[in-house]
Amino acid sequence: MQDQPIKAPADDAAEAEPRRKRRKPIGWSMISIGVLVAVSAVLVYRRDGIGGVLDILMHDVTLFGGILPRVLAGCLLGAFIAEILPHDKVSRALGPSSGLKGLLIGAAFGAILPGGPFTAYPVASALLTVGADFGATIAMVVSWTLIGYGRAVAWELPIMGVDFTLWRIVISLPLPILAGALGRFVYVRMYPRGDDE
Amino acid sequence: MSAALLIDIVLWGSVIAVGFIAYQKGQAVLTSSLREGTWDFIGIVPRIALGVVGSGYIAAVIPQEIITGWLGPNSGWLGVATAVVAGAATPGGPVVGFSIGAVALKAGGGSPQVLAYVIAWALFAFQRLLLWEIPFMPARFVWFRAAVSIPFPFLAAAIAMAIGKP
Repeated sequence: MQDQPIKAPADDAAEAEPRRKRRKPIGWSMISIGVLVAVSAVLVYRRDGIGGVLDILMHDVTLFGGILPRVLAGCLLGAFIAEILPHDKVSRALGPSSGLKGLLIGAAFGAILPGGPFTAYPVASALLTVGADFGATIAMVVSWTLIGYGRAVAWELPIMGVDFTLWRIVISLPLPILAGALGRFVYVRMYPRGDDE
Repeated sequence: MSAALLIDIVLWGSVIAVGFIAYQKGQAVLTSSLREGTWDFIGIVPRIALGVVGSGYIAAVIPQEIITGWLGPNSGWLGVATAVVAGAATPGGPVVGFSIGAVALKAGGGSPQVLAYVIAWALFAFQRLLLWEIPFMPARFVWFRAAVSIPFPFLAAAIAMAIGKP
């Protein structure tokens, strides 16, 4: 980002001691996905037998093994960013009153962020922790999903073709800013007292 | 796959760069963020295991023909609306949505509808929301973000219809 955290005064580090809430190990979202997976696995078993179930399992376990190191990288990236970004500067650059510039910074950041969901969400969460508002964070997340080059280069170009992919990205360009602006607009009306997470 | 390797290099390069900045701010900052990041990782692994290992089964039982059938070229705004629902219902992962979109295009699906489908899938595939976004982010943010994203696949389809592309 455009700030230079290295030059920040030493007490910034002590002040910026954000502690994210420890999440519950098992929530309803995991249970519902678990049920869905179990039902799907039974359907696959009834259709393709045990061979079909094992084929998918082997393929997905391999995929999981490949993703794990990146998940670790994403978690570390998020944790470092939460620690090193100075709270006051982030609030100014990406906070509720950062205006269009904040949305643009968020969108640009999402577009250049390397990696997949394993980086985007931990980093977005870190930004929220250090003072970005919902609007700028929405711009970042939406920009990562729609404009980020990672998925487009690795998967969309080969599968959908150049023409579709490029037009899809061009048409998507304004969407992160608009989504962030809409988010901000709705947020201040839903939580007028600045109810902070 | 060279694209994946490049992504890994950029990713770990970024981790090392911000790690170095943390180290410059002091040993304590480095160790506490390493600890924090590692705990996040440990907490998240079971969810990702379930999501990644399970998504193959979900994808295997979702009937792709039904989804592609919804996206016909003359389906108009109703087609766009069903495309948005179909995008949300399609399992996450990097490939499934694009594969179905490509099949729909080849089968004569309308471009605006396929565009809306791919964008809706990118914005709020339920499985990605539940397995990636909610574990990492405050749930309130996730629902809020998904809700304010709802108009945008429609907007993208409208732009595509207006300019006649892709």
